[in-house]
Amino acid sequence: MLRVENLTKSFGGVTAVSGVSFSVEKGTIQAVIGPNGAGKTTLFNLITGVYTPSSGSIVFEGSEIGGVAPERLAKRGISRTFQNLQISMNLSAIDNVMTGAHLGLNSGVLAGMLGLTTLGGRERATRIRAAELMEFVGCGRYIDAEARSMPYGALKRLEIARALMAEPRILFLDEPAAGLNHTETHEIEELIAELGASGITVVLVEHDMKLVMNVSDRIVVLDYGKKLAEGTPEEIRVNPDVVAAYLGAESEGV
Amino acid sequence: MSQFLQLFFSGTTVGATYALAALGFSMIYNASGVINFAQGEFIMLGGMVAAVLSAAGVSLPLAILAAVVVVTLVGLLIEKLAIEPARDADITSIIIITIGVAMIVRGAVEVTLGKASHALPHFSGEKPIAIGGATLLPQSLWVMAVTTLVVVALALFFGRTRMGKGILATAHNRLAAQLVGVDVKKVLLASFGLAAALGAVGGILIAPIATTSYDAGLMLGLKGFVAATFGGLGSGVGAIAGGVLLGLIETMTAGYVSSAYKDAVPFVLVLVVLVVRPRGLFGLGSTDRV
Amino acid sequence: MTDVSSPPTLGRSSPDLAARALATAPAFRARHLPTLILVVVLAALPLVLPNAFYFDVAIRILANAVLAVALNLLIGYCGQISLGHAGFFGLGAYGSAILTTHWDWKAPTALVVSAAVVGLLAWLVARVILRLKGHYLAMATLGLGIIVTIVLTNEASLTGGPDGMSVGDFTAFGFRLYGERVWYWVFAGLLVVAVVLAGNLVESPAGRALRALHGSEVAARVVGIDTASFKTRVFVLSAVVAAIMGSLTAHYLGFITPQVASFHKSVELVTMVVVGGMASIWGSVFGAALLSLLPELLAKFEGFETIVFGLILVTTMIFLPRGIVPSIVARLTRKEG
Repeated sequence: MLRVENLTKSFGGVTAVSGVSFSVEKGTIQAVIGPNGAGKTTLFNLITGVYTPSSGSIVFEGSEIGGVAPERLAKRGISRTFQNLQISMNLSAIDNVMTGAHLGLNSGVLAGMLGLTTLGGRERATRIRAAELMEFVGCGRYIDAEARSMPYGALKRLEIARALMAEPRILFLDEPAAGLNHTETHEIEELIAELGASGITVVLVEHDMKLVMNVSDRIVVLDYGKKLAEGTPEEIRVNPDVVAAYLGAESEGV
Repeated sequence: MSQFLQLFFSGTTVGATYALAALGFSMIYNASGVINFAQGEFIMLGGMVAAVLSAAGVSLPLAILAAVVVVTLVGLLIEKLAIEPARDADITSIIIITIGVAMIVRGAVEVTLGKASHALPHFSGEKPIAIGGATLLPQSLWVMAVTTLVVVALALFFGRTRMGKGILATAHNRLAAQLVGVDVKKVLLASFGLAAALGAVGGILIAPIATTSYDAGLMLGLKGFVAATFGGLGSGVGAIAGGVLLGLIETMTAGYVSSAYKDAVPFVLVLVVLVVRPRGLFGLGSTDRV
Repeated sequence: MTDVSSPPTLGRSSPDLAARALATAPAFRARHLPTLILVVVLAALPLVLPNAFYFDVAIRILANAVLAVALNLLIGYCGQISLGHAGFFGLGAYGSAILTTHWDWKAPTALVVSAAVVGLLAWLVARVILRLKGHYLAMATLGLGIIVTIVLTNEASLTGGPDGMSVGDFTAFGFRLYGERVWYWVFAGLLVVAVVLAGNLVESPAGRALRALHGSEVAARVVGIDTASFKTRVFVLSAVVAAIMGSLTAHYLGFITPQVASFHKSVELVTMVVVGGMASIWGSVFGAALLSLLPELLAKFEGFETIVFGLILVTTMIFLPRGIVPSIVARLTRKEG
């Protein structure tokens, strides 16, 4: 479904991602792991259009998407969450989630001004769907809350709900369990498993090794911007290069 | 050729004023990311206070000194009262606050000193000096000399003194600077004071040639901002280069193309710069981390 | 792909959930009651205003309010700053003035053409400068406004120079709009229309996209919101509104000077939006009323007007950063987190 070939990204003198290649099968859950600074978020940003590759290619369902703007990738069924939370704090929780359905609604400025977009049931249906998804991801108690009054953990889930509104074909989760306690992490783990079971392809970046090992079908390991290893959780667990890379960064909270 | 030389002299003279204004902008921008729309008022205030004191009989050197001190105090006051309380507000709010502060200063001057223009006596007489077919006012020499001195002094300040290095460090990385013990609040305060002093000096230097009135600050400030953007916001070298170049381009345009549109030049220039190379001649680019 | 009405594969639906969801939608009464009150007030006002002078003040407030509402869409909802909007106003005003006076065009045609030209100009400008951030955008819009003022001042043969030019009455379909009382109804009607349209927009998907864009541009982009296009559209819209108001104001006053496009005027407009309340339509109306009345109230204290203006700006930004109306509303309806 997704194939990354020889992807490289440099910022001035710093090469964040160098010659990375891997592929993601449809309907699987794939994790990208590596020590801090390995280039994982940069990789995500490249695939989701936030950055433009310096060289290499990204092919999604047969089309080259390297350098394509994020708003156009959304149309192809690519959704994502962010490592450092990108929530519109000036909006209510449910409004944030409803923006996820943007592409399915009439978003013309003139139509909006004339009040044409609230006629018919689409707006209502979208609102109800947003509430359902908020309940599904576990922040149902915040349906009538303002985004700025919600705790960190709930906001992380809100982002997932927003990403799910568009019924994506592939979902990129950037550190969904970061900053969460054990219970919350376990809930996220179950959530991801359920997403995978429903047929959505999931790619996640994550530091919590237990979660990664439990939930992933395949794992790609990055270190210093290069791919270090690729394989099933069992293969990765015993890979000596991976172990060595992590021993060097053991204090970074595994 | 003599016309070119004439234009070159006036261009460099006014450019030096822009350079000082631009330095003031860059300094505050560096310390806090704030664009101080009140910078022009510091320039105006310097010239006005000196002119009023001098007209009241105070000796010129004393009047100048007093003016610089007063304006510096005003700058410090503004930082304490208007900028510090709004530390966490977003860019739009802070820009608007500085616009509001500028209005207060301008209004206060209008009320206390009236709308008339004031002139400061030339520092060393008005007899023009003839060079290569063009005339140069002695005041112009003062402008260029003092500006050069100020620039050198600033370079020493930032390169050698503890406070100066602290300001630079804060500009590069606020958190890191705090961690090594730099008092960031004091840095911001000092930056405002310094920027005010710079503006005042610029205003005083140019006041004999250009006369000054309560609304002179707006245009001067805006052009100083343009110069800073042109040279690269946050870069000291850029501010000076931008200021002098802007003065030259403006004067040359007035001389060779059309004097009516002289004031439009800086703004056309800034639009071109913002489109082609937003970070200016010497500025550093920045990327947002997502 | 995004057919929301098809059976969901994730999450369970329940009538309880649906009810809670629909409760979050903006309440009908909250939305339409203020508009109704406005209509009643505007209809009743002519009965109380004693003479033409008061009508003139009312007209100024109404015109500024329309401008503020349009500008708020850009500044408050979209989060884009424009320090040169008076330039668009001036271009509309002078466009109408020049076309009707020098070339004998009919007033309505002149208005439409001026607005269209301003719209085109705004579109070109927006494409180029809206990718600039914060103070760079402020600088660019400011520069633009000042260039307009300088051009208007210098092209005296066309514009009458710094002393301005006179403008004929607005004649359309046999009607001649003349006098404060007649123009009052025109501007009052426009304000009601502006408030209704803006209110509709804010609650539509487009409005949600704009507000989301303000909060986090990258988040908006990944859900498919073309942020560049939205910002451009709102910029053009607010510019066209400014141009139309400029044309109408020119016909009403019968005379315009380049000062209408000045930086001072642009700052005044931004102040109305910011002090009244960013991202608040009624805040803009309130801000326009407050700041239009200020010169009248301070007429005795010449010179203090600037100081007071500045003080209002500074204190509001420090103590009520969201503006007066939103802060009051927030205090009255203390929401639970």
